[in-house]
Amino acid sequence: MSTPNLTAEQIEFQEHARAWLAANPAPETQIDLPLSQLELAKREQVEYYREWQRSCYEAGLVGTDIAKEYGGHGHSGCQDIANREMSRVGAPFLLNTVGLSMMIPAVLKHGTEEQKRRFIPKALSAEEIWCQGFSEPGAGSDMANQQTMAVRRGEGWVVNGHKVWTSFGQFAKHMILLARTSRDHKYDGLSFFLCPVEGHAGVTVKPLVKMTGELGFNEVFFEDCVIDDSLRLDEVGKGWTVAMTVLTHERGAAEGAGGGIRAVHPIERLIGLAKSSQRGGGLAADDPVTRDAIIRQAIVHEGIRQDARRARVPALNDHPMRLPMGQGVVRTEFEQDCARLGVDIAGARSTLYKHDDAAPDNGYWPLAYMNSYALTIAGGSNEIQRNILGERILGMPKSK
Amino acid sequence: MSKSNRPPKDFGFGADEEMLRDLARKLLGERLPVDKLRTLVAEDHAAVYERHERQRWDEALWKEIVELGWTGLAVPEQDGGVGFKRAGIAGLVEEVGRFALPSPLVATLNATDVLAQAEGGRQWLARIADGTTATLAITNAVGSWELGEGDLSASEDGGNLVLDGAAYFVQDAFKADVLVVAAQCGGDRVLCAVPADSTGLSLVPDRIHDLTRDQATARFEGVRVAEENVVSRDAVGALERAWPSILVTVAADLVGCAEWQLQTTVQYAKDRKQFDRPIGFFQAVKHPLVNAMLDIDRARSLVYNAACAIDFDDPAEALKAARMAKSAASDAGAFISDRSVQLHGGIGFTWECDVHIFFKRSMHNQALYGDGVYQRKKLASTMIGEI
Repeated sequence: MSTPNLTAEQIEFQEHARAWLAANPAPETQIDLPLSQLELAKREQVEYYREWQRSCYEAGLVGTDIAKEYGGHGHSGCQDIANREMSRVGAPFLLNTVGLSMMIPAVLKHGTEEQKRRFIPKALSAEEIWCQGFSEPGAGSDMANQQTMAVRRGEGWVVNGHKVWTSFGQFAKHMILLARTSRDHKYDGLSFFLCPVEGHAGVTVKPLVKMTGELGFNEVFFEDCVIDDSLRLDEVGKGWTVAMTVLTHERGAAEGAGGGIRAVHPIERLIGLAKSSQRGGGLAADDPVTRDAIIRQAIVHEGIRQDARRARVPALNDHPMRLPMGQGVVRTEFEQDCARLGVDIAGARSTLYKHDDAAPDNGYWPLAYMNSYALTIAGGSNEIQRNILGERILGMPKSK
Repeated sequence: MSKSNRPPKDFGFGADEEMLRDLARKLLGERLPVDKLRTLVAEDHAAVYERHERQRWDEALWKEIVELGWTGLAVPEQDGGVGFKRAGIAGLVEEVGRFALPSPLVATLNATDVLAQAEGGRQWLARIADGTTATLAITNAVGSWELGEGDLSASEDGGNLVLDGAAYFVQDAFKADVLVVAAQCGGDRVLCAVPADSTGLSLVPDRIHDLTRDQATARFEGVRVAEENVVSRDAVGALERAWPSILVTVAADLVGCAEWQLQTTVQYAKDRKQFDRPIGFFQAVKHPLVNAMLDIDRARSLVYNAACAIDFDDPAEALKAARMAKSAASDAGAFISDRSVQLHGGIGFTWECDVHIFFKRSMHNQALYGDGVYQRKKLASTMIGEI
């Protein structure tokens, strides 16, 4: 089972990761675990995942390639191996996604020595959870249209404004905050802060109820919230640059480290549903139209795997960013299309929702279908992604 | 060729494969740019469609291709060929599709793959490595892709077989030196190599829309086949084993063709102005082209996966991967073909605009050896179960 072209350090680390994961499976629990990070809503769920991330961190699977002085393990080229191994065994997701995939890369690139020592170790251990404060009611796909203001006062800043779609906000110690420090320039008028949230005066977190009836997102209100200038990341007016560093990590974050708690093959799940559903007097699995629809998704699923494989073969890529940038749209719409197909296959039983004993797969299909819109909207809706692909990859003129 | 149970992450597409692909791209770019292609195959709309002249092709270019050894790529090394990896052949055929090369190359590769699976095919493989062209004559009058069906029968006569009946939808039949024929012989299906100049064999041209190939019905009236040309007594087995390679070759042609259609239409969207803007500004134009790009990418990745599975995997996995590749490539080809004409607007509907040449080649390939729906029906039988 050895993989070619690994360094001695990587081989040793891989063996360690496999052995540790085999000996330390995710603990059994009686609590109701969410479908994904986006549905995280209860304190007991947070504590379960916090404990899991902490044990992974202590085992060296989190912060693997981060320098020791910042709380990491000082390896080289081993984090990808850790992620792959966690995914392979279907390990629970890592709780502090925003801290790991957004704050840490941004602080490593743009932060002061003091900021690195202060924030990185506790994010790795999940002692301090992070949330992201980019989206606003008037700044969705047009993210530079930030209206939250940070005004200089003495040694600090006074923040006023309103953030939305803030996952983890109700559990977060800190927020990566994009705020306007000048109205004279759209992009150069933005600055980036590492803003305290929990227990901080002037910050109010209000849960937002999704169309599914679940919690998970929040609104965050800033009313004369005072923060110290030492919490500013990079220079005043460089917020957009830092945000771009963060966003290059965002789209990958959802499927990055960890993987879901229930790693069921999506196509097998659909086939299973079709074999237990009726259509036109027979099994849905025997209905030619249903069969075609399932195999279509199977081909997309295999295509996603093979696109990822081909993306690593330079000779088979005419444009180096074409496959990586296209995957966000393809993967999110695959999730959506599969969930929708499940709803269709379930027929009348697709009307049954969570907590109905007769609901197929405990109401997974309508729930997953509705939740899939978080994927196709978050991080820049797929319409914006198609603009970006058309402009940056195919070179067509900007639509604005 | 090295066989291993672990397919390489890079599909086995290494330096040799890249070199051949780049050479093909350069040669065809110089010898068959689209204006030359148009002069060659689409100078006059009446030539093929009304006067029924045979589709033209560049025989001088073909000589070069034979000298470069492309026709022998699929011939195993022990039979005097190159024994090239399928991943490398897919790379070459992508370029063939990108330039819509009219030639017997794809037909010869497909026939080679079948001969390579026939116990008595070696002497013909050696000839193909030397430049002999070949094509498959295995399909019945209604165009069934089921491997056991056909309208040809064989009867024993001394040491020879005698063939009567017809094979339909024979690709580039008029460019082939030898036909690889499946026929029913009592309880067996036999596979024969029949030289195109055999007595009693006649080719009746089909009137097809594709300008970059020919197609014919091959009629057999008492055609005698010498014993050494009966290359297999299990034609279905040989065809089954070759089928993944055949599907991947046609899918690669579709992918190359589709990429030309995409890039050409994108360029038009940048150049053509309406309402004071290049039409690519409008999302109704931009987004479908992005969708076409994503579809083509999927098809291309699945083609190399299938090629690699043939080189390294077990046959069942290879057939599944190849059917996925052909389904994705047929659908990607159909979608970009549709958008390439529509987004070119009025001019796209004319003979003068080159997109029709690729539209037709793609449409022909979409149907060949089964379209997307057909492949998915077959996949459903193995992945979901028989009904």
